[in-house]
Amino acid sequence: MTSYRLPNRGRVDHARPVKFTVDGKSYQGLAGDTLASALLANGVHLMGRSFKYHRPRGVVSAGSDEPNALFGTRRGPGRFEPNTRATLQELRAGLEATSQNRWPSLAFDMGAINDNLGSLFSAGFYYKTFMWPRAFWDRVYEPVIRNAAGLGVSPTEHDADTYASRFAHTDVLIVGSGPAGLAAALAAGRAGASVMLVDENAEPGGTLLSEPSVVIDGKPAWDWLAQALAELAGLPNVTVMTRTTAIGYYHQNLVGLCQRLTDHLDTPPEGAPRERMWKVRAKEVVLAQGALEKPLVFDGNDRPGVILAGAAQTYLHRYGVKVGDRPAIVTAHDSAWYAAFDLAEAGAKPAVIVDVRASVDPALTDRARALGIETLTGRTVTGTSGRLRVKSLRVNRMENGKAGAPRDVACDAVLMCGGWTPCLHLFSHTQGKLAWNEAAQCYLPGTKTEAVQIAGAGRGLWGIAAALEDGAKAGALAAKDAGSEAEAPAFTVSADRIGSGVTLRELPTDRDPGKAKAFIDFQNDVTAKDIRLAVREGMRSIEHVKRYTTNGMATDQGKMSNVNGLMIAADALGKAPPQVGLTTFRPPYSPTTFGAFAGYHKDATFEVTRKTPIDPWAEANGAVFEPVALWRRAWYFPKPGEDMHAAVSRECRGARASVGIFDASTLGKIEVVGPDAVTFMERMYTNPWAKLGVGRCRYGLLLGEDGFIRDDGVIGRLAEDRFHVTTTTGGAARVLNMMEDYLQTEWPDLQVWLTSTTEQWATIALQGPNARLLLAPFVPDVDLSAEAFPHMAVIETTVAGFPARLFRVSFTGELGFEINVPARHGRALWETLFEAGKAYDITPYGTEAMHVMRAEKGYIIVGQDTDGTLTPDDANLNWAIGKAKPDFVGKRSLTRPDMVAKGRKQLVGLLTDDPKVVLEEGAQIVADPSQPRPMTMLGHVTSSYWSDALGRSIAMAVVVDGRDRDGETLHVPMPDGSIPAKVVKGTVFLDPENSRLSA
Amino acid sequence: MLLIHCPYCDETLPELEFAYAGEAHIARPADPSKLSDEEWRDFLFIRTNPKGVHFERWRHINGCGRFFNAVRETVGDKFLSTYEAGEPRPDVATLTGEAK
Repeated sequence: MTSYRLPNRGRVDHARPVKFTVDGKSYQGLAGDTLASALLANGVHLMGRSFKYHRPRGVVSAGSDEPNALFGTRRGPGRFEPNTRATLQELRAGLEATSQNRWPSLAFDMGAINDNLGSLFSAGFYYKTFMWPRAFWDRVYEPVIRNAAGLGVSPTEHDADTYASRFAHTDVLIVGSGPAGLAAALAAGRAGASVMLVDENAEPGGTLLSEPSVVIDGKPAWDWLAQALAELAGLPNVTVMTRTTAIGYYHQNLVGLCQRLTDHLDTPPEGAPRERMWKVRAKEVVLAQGALEKPLVFDGNDRPGVILAGAAQTYLHRYGVKVGDRPAIVTAHDSAWYAAFDLAEAGAKPAVIVDVRASVDPALTDRARALGIETLTGRTVTGTSGRLRVKSLRVNRMENGKAGAPRDVACDAVLMCGGWTPCLHLFSHTQGKLAWNEAAQCYLPGTKTEAVQIAGAGRGLWGIAAALEDGAKAGALAAKDAGSEAEAPAFTVSADRIGSGVTLRELPTDRDPGKAKAFIDFQNDVTAKDIRLAVREGMRSIEHVKRYTTNGMATDQGKMSNVNGLMIAADALGKAPPQVGLTTFRPPYSPTTFGAFAGYHKDATFEVTRKTPIDPWAEANGAVFEPVALWRRAWYFPKPGEDMHAAVSRECRGARASVGIFDASTLGKIEVVGPDAVTFMERMYTNPWAKLGVGRCRYGLLLGEDGFIRDDGVIGRLAEDRFHVTTTTGGAARVLNMMEDYLQTEWPDLQVWLTSTTEQWATIALQGPNARLLLAPFVPDVDLSAEAFPHMAVIETTVAGFPARLFRVSFTGELGFEINVPARHGRALWETLFEAGKAYDITPYGTEAMHVMRAEKGYIIVGQDTDGTLTPDDANLNWAIGKAKPDFVGKRSLTRPDMVAKGRKQLVGLLTDDPKVVLEEGAQIVADPSQPRPMTMLGHVTSSYWSDALGRSIAMAVVVDGRDRDGETLHVPMPDGSIPAKVVKGTVFLDPENSRLSA
Repeated sequence: MLLIHCPYCDETLPELEFAYAGEAHIARPADPSKLSDEEWRDFLFIRTNPKGVHFERWRHINGCGRFFNAVRETVGDKFLSTYEAGEPRPDVATLTGEAK
């Protein structure tokens, strides 16, 4: 294969060849190449297929704006990334790349038939083609068309890489390390400000890397660059970060940076993160992102070999690659002329320079003539030929504003330039206003909303001298605003190549413009005629045009297409561009991996896992765990050969027959203390507290101000001014927040202090007829008899020598105790009780058995049997309301008309006709299962279990006017038939007299 | 991510430390039983939801734990001021620089 590599040129290492594969075929590039430059050096332009039409596509840019050259890249199992931009992916030894959106191969793609079905895929095809017939949705559109349209394939394996994240603070953050960014960094760095200079490329330098002929302060550009970087490296207050993309600019100068750490390495160090997300808070931001080159819009401008002129210049100077031996140049801007000259000097033979402008600086035409290049000015370009690589360019004269006679020019590449547009993406993220500049025919940054400077080409100042001067000023200003005395250094520049140009719509053609495939958004296959069609079909807003045509919605985020799309839409609408406006740029600036966003939040560190002091015992004893809020709780303790059902039934039997032991440490606990504690409790909870004696407990019900149940729990009074409040496991933080809110803002006069003690106490429940026998020997100071220490008693004492708060409470319906000891003693107490309990055949039980036993007793779980729409009356909890209290949170709402109206859903019991059938929690309930769909839903099942104690299934449900339906049979429709079940008004299925509880 | 000034800590800290807590200056009536259903409904549910200057409550939940009030401009999403709970509403014209 012909090599397009130029010896002794570029910043690649000609002595270090690097082998890589594309679609299994081996290639060789050089250290310092990107995947794109290495393929171009091998003469390969065809690097992808387009999204809709599957048109063959070549690389068109040399940066992060690349729409076409996207590959899947892979480094062993679990390390596959789709849509990697070949222009950013640095070559590494053994890089495996696969082309995308083609079958069976990149060169021969069946999907390209779409290219001839263009009418099917015109603007708005999403809204037109997929409308009818309805049956086609499932059979054709989804499986066939969606499959044919697309880019890379999502990885299926677990990502084997790790990702890091970090916060940073700096005086000045500079985005972009071209001449403007470097000058800003020198100015701010010399002033002593802390500076972060970031660039998405592998190497700092920006435009200087593509313009080696410029002379700065008497030195060739690259020598000056090396010197500037050495100076910055020597400044301890300056950090230069390459391969680092500023992806988003958020409030108050918070900038997100994604730093690529290992994708360029032949062998990444073991355990090294692949990428790191930085959240940088900067006092001042300098945006020095330069400008983006626009394509020209003409039929066939997407053929492989058609490339942006600036990109060709970058490939030449940075990578020592000529994009063709006989390139043709088409331009509306001076800059492409320089690209042609540089290529000619490097040995290529440019076929022609076509400039759409009628008059061009004579210095350019003279230089072209001297280099033997034909020049054609005031022309238009109307087509290209060649299947997988451009072969010729069709050039027409312009006669009276119309395209005249054509002429074909043979070539092996086309360099195009439609001018330059300032890169405004990050500025747009700040809601900064854009201002249309009529002279420059582009948008420039307008009103700022943040402490930001925009420097150089990013605000329409062209050329390296201007960029250096403006960058230095911006850097000095930023440093000064951040608190350092700073001066802007001056630079002398010669051989600067400042150009000018015009901004155009699609180029005029002598052919049917309706048949032209003149692309604006290459990746999404949006052409000029799609934009015009969208306008004809009634789209007026540029935001609608964008969504209708998908222009600018590809992975390059409109970097190449937005301004061309705007110019054409404005023309079609008969308006000036500023009256049409630009679509909004949103973060991220360029595609960013999910891994970088997730950072450390994956696998075991995805979320905090709270564990009780007894958790290690549960793990050692074979517990199966379930997550409850952030806690992991022992769900059940299967014995060998037991399934969940068998284990839970055995655990329930064990507790009811003798004694069970349960880790209740996750219960939320709040210590309410102070002279006004009882007043506070009276106002917060529905129940009366004033008369609750010291040493007694009471079930407490908490409402929201709207009257709906928020939380519940047993509350013990330890002293006149001290309550031990328990909450649901998931509700602890919410309840404390609500209490604090009222205490701080509504009743700041109350002398009350609230302390979360959830993690300070380990809580062990002993439940069952033998609980007292087991516990009593460990509690020498308290008479635990039913008379002396009845149900709902509480005392501070010692248990097994540990200081303890001992409650006589039950969530199972059995004689029960809950022992709170300081968390550090929790496991020791558990093991002590468990050892002693062996004499009683003690059974450790998990949350599932706990749920079954509480349901057998009709005890609700807030958040399972209630859902934020149940009043105390709905949940049969009116008994918990202190009727004599003048006020409590939520009281007034309980008499609102809707809260007392008929038709509310009420909590009832539900017993299936077939006692063996266990209903599904969440299942819907109807009166008549044969009614036409959609059926009238009466409610749903909230709790449902197999009850070993009752030998049948039990369930609770919320049902419209449920209590009035006592005895009525309702139906639970399921996919395999409807289940009849009878409503029972009471939800207490076991021991309604509470004889076991009070034993 | 916004920076928020906690008036109790007298520190400007990242939004991560704070939790939003609804509209400010809606006091719970001293005796709710005296309110009509309509008045109680308004207290419970009716909020101003302005496009522009909004008085709202925040809690320094991962810090000192205090509830405080703030004035935030909802279009640009910028804080104009924060102040302790119980203090009167600051003058908006002064905060926005529109006062003469």
